[in-house]
Amino acid sequence: MKVILNEKDIKKIISNLVKKIIKKYKNLNKFGIIGIHTNGVYLAKRIAEKIEKSKKKKIDIGFLDITFYRDDIGYRQNIQSPKETEINFDLNNKDILLVDDVIYTGRTIRAAIEQILEIGRPKSISVAVLIDRGLRELPIYAEFVGKKIKTKPNQQVEILLREANLEGDKVIIYSK
Amino acid sequence: MKLLIKNAIVVEPSKNLEKKQDILIENGKIIEIKENIKLTQPHKQINANNFYVSAGFIDIHTHLREPGNEEEETINSGTKAAAAGGFTSVFCMPNTNPPIDDQAAVEFIMLKAKNEGLINVYPVGCVTKLRKGEELTEIGELKKAGVVAISDDGEPVENSKIMRRALEYSKMFNLPVIQHCEDKNLSKGGVINEGKVSTMLGVRGIPKESEEIIVIRDIILASLSKGFLHLTHISSKNSIEFIKQAKQKNINITCDVTPHHLVLTEDYLLKSPYDTNLKINPPLRTEEDRISLINAIKDDTVDCISSDHAPHTKEEKSKEFDLAPFGIIGLETLFPLCVTFLYYKHKVPLINIIKKITNNPAKIFNLKNKGKIEIGYDADLTIFSIQEEFIVSNFFSKSSNSPFIGWKLKGKIKYTICGGKVVFDSTNPKDPFYENKNFYNNKK
Amino acid sequence: MLNVKKFNHKHLLGLEYLSKEEIEIILETAKPFKKLFTRSIKKVPTLRGRSVALLFYEPSTRTRTSFELAAKRLSADTVNITVQTSSVQKGESLIDTAKTLEAMKADFIVIRHFYSGAPHILAQNVSSSIINAGDGFHEHPTQGLLDIFTIKEKKGKIKDLKVVILGDILHSRVARSNLWGLTKLQANVVLCGPPTLIPPEIEKIFPNVEIEYNLEKAIKNADVINILRVQFERQLEHLFPSVREYSLLYGMNKERLKIAKDDVLILHPGPMNRGIEITTDVADSLNSVINQQVTNGVAIRMAVLYLLSLNTTSTKL
Repeated sequence: MKVILNEKDIKKIISNLVKKIIKKYKNLNKFGIIGIHTNGVYLAKRIAEKIEKSKKKKIDIGFLDITFYRDDIGYRQNIQSPKETEINFDLNNKDILLVDDVIYTGRTIRAAIEQILEIGRPKSISVAVLIDRGLRELPIYAEFVGKKIKTKPNQQVEILLREANLEGDKVIIYSK
Repeated sequence: MKLLIKNAIVVEPSKNLEKKQDILIENGKIIEIKENIKLTQPHKQINANNFYVSAGFIDIHTHLREPGNEEEETINSGTKAAAAGGFTSVFCMPNTNPPIDDQAAVEFIMLKAKNEGLINVYPVGCVTKLRKGEELTEIGELKKAGVVAISDDGEPVENSKIMRRALEYSKMFNLPVIQHCEDKNLSKGGVINEGKVSTMLGVRGIPKESEEIIVIRDIILASLSKGFLHLTHISSKNSIEFIKQAKQKNINITCDVTPHHLVLTEDYLLKSPYDTNLKINPPLRTEEDRISLINAIKDDTVDCISSDHAPHTKEEKSKEFDLAPFGIIGLETLFPLCVTFLYYKHKVPLINIIKKITNNPAKIFNLKNKGKIEIGYDADLTIFSIQEEFIVSNFFSKSSNSPFIGWKLKGKIKYTICGGKVVFDSTNPKDPFYENKNFYNNKK
Repeated sequence: MLNVKKFNHKHLLGLEYLSKEEIEIILETAKPFKKLFTRSIKKVPTLRGRSVALLFYEPSTRTRTSFELAAKRLSADTVNITVQTSSVQKGESLIDTAKTLEAMKADFIVIRHFYSGAPHILAQNVSSSIINAGDGFHEHPTQGLLDIFTIKEKKGKIKDLKVVILGDILHSRVARSNLWGLTKLQANVVLCGPPTLIPPEIEKIFPNVEIEYNLEKAIKNADVINILRVQFERQLEHLFPSVREYSLLYGMNKERLKIAKDDVLILHPGPMNRGIEITTDVADSLNSVINQQVTNGVAIRMAVLYLLSLNTTSTKL
């Protein structure tokens, strides 16, 4: 097991991400952030908070559970308990920033995009992640990446965030 | 040619005998019983190797299904199953199609049994025409044709007046009336015992009171009529109590119970919900009832153990629980169940069990020269082991509706001899029913 | 946090066979499904490509429609087999019909049957997942679940609530499923009806359940009253003298409603015999959650289909 990012690193990465995001999205009236359960929700909240602080403006935020959109139901791998999807703002014609902790095969983002498109018709969807560990299985692209790392499929990248982890933020990597 | 059975332990309840003796048979009769019989002239011989030998078992409650339901059982297949189960005589119940309610029907059974049966078949005639409970059959004619009892089994004789007349009229022929005790109004729609389990499974129950009401009514009618009443497949504790009291008052009644009521309870339906092989009438009752039946075996309140062998096809039994017919087969499991559960588990003496399937049925139903190992009696004998274990799997019956499949039981029939002929020989598994044609050539 | 991995059933035959935790998993899973109903697209792709056969041997509008909608909102394909149109009338056996559906690769068979135990027969004979949509007067597990879900949604809990199940308990599969579910979740259940409609030895199965023949006594301080339909079609003989007398003794009306708590919930599995077991003003009162029950039914059935789909290899009842 190896710690690849500590609390300080993560704080810095999020600050950088926020800067890039603010730079891209000029019209925050037509902007919304959606976090993917569970870590994506925590990160989305942190990002929104920072933007609100810096721009003094309330940001629309929603939470997405992709369990019902998974493509591996019945294979009994990595089953998550479904959580509620809560998007209480109008998606139509908005620029949506989809936030998750790690991008890997691309299947989660695919499922998330599918669900968002069923809820409404945003003007655009972009993806922000803390870690891009490569090994994509679908043509999915994350525009905002905190840190890129090279991994092998037998490795596990785990993001521990203080919202659910007593020891604070860290990212670890280990072989399965 | 004489047949000699060597080295068997003779179990004869009437003489309270359980002793190693040899038995010599000639012309279908027992001619000698003593230790170490030595013959010089040519003869056939079975070395019984310390197995037990008793009089051939008698089942007073079998459904052979012929005529009418030959897809379930025939006289041929049913008597094969019986022989394999150690029986040399069975009573066939008259709820066939058409029912055995006249002389011609009795003669049909007798003829079929003579031609195709392996063992003795005693027909039971109907009490009422078409078993409708309305008009008495020609009981005298039935007797003349060969019935040993009358019964509307499957249905009770519900009308008290008809039951009274049946008991009164049949006594002049020494014919017992076998009653299936069920108040049909109380049991209507019921499929299992009424109580906890029927409520859990959401099915209608048959209260034990539906049996008890008829038991007590018929005891009263037996007392009134002085007839011969036999109550079959008794299942409840209270019924046993009523019968016990009646016997103490010297009312002329007898009764039997089945192995499944001695072994199973309604709780099996919770382990195996809606298993139609647990759908039996009278239904499996509670543990309290079961224990009282076992005690009634021990204290002789119960006279006989009967199979209530009721074959049904797989198609019929795989219907919805409410729609499937009642009943299970029992000829091939009766004795091993008695050995395993009564003898080994509940310490019922072997001699007591044997009495209830040999001496007592022969006595109650006036079977001449049957049911005992005695000089001059018919050479109907069963040779068995009480130690040998086996797993219940295949049946000689045409049907296999048994809840005991897969059970490991003790008590195995080795040979069944009927009228001096070996009708079942377990040492020849390829052709156990070769009916002595090869027997005399191969054995010495 | 409930973990769906702990739900390891292939079939749903009754609430008798589920643990308290498993019932809670279903209730929790139903919540996100219910949330979907507020969207314009109420459908998720979860069971895309799976098929659900609805095998109904008894007439049913709401349960069948509810299951069908649940399956469709999960993107499963559905087929309806009802007794009027199928080969059942030509005498095909239950097992043969089910084997045919199995051969057509139905992943789920939702069965409603007049006789108790029919779903068990299917579970033993075919490889599809079996969901009991009501068998005889045995169980109706999804109805029990949706009743409990509705109560929990309104009251925030189940434990220690006084729940009265009123009416024809003897013939009611809804009552049995409610009893299993509610007692596992530790509600205080009171059964109320004439002695002839109380199942034999029910106290041996549910020792903590109270039986009260008098309606006024039973509903005093009640948090919930679940009113059962009088099942005229199942009575073999008269278990009460007349509909009039039943209605006088056990009919739920506005006056009687006052005896219960002010915020008592009125449930009814439907279809209602208005004017017999329930008056129109009670059925349409603010206490009535009968319509919410219907909405929640779809969410519960989606949750059940989803959870069972995770366990197609399990053999548990």
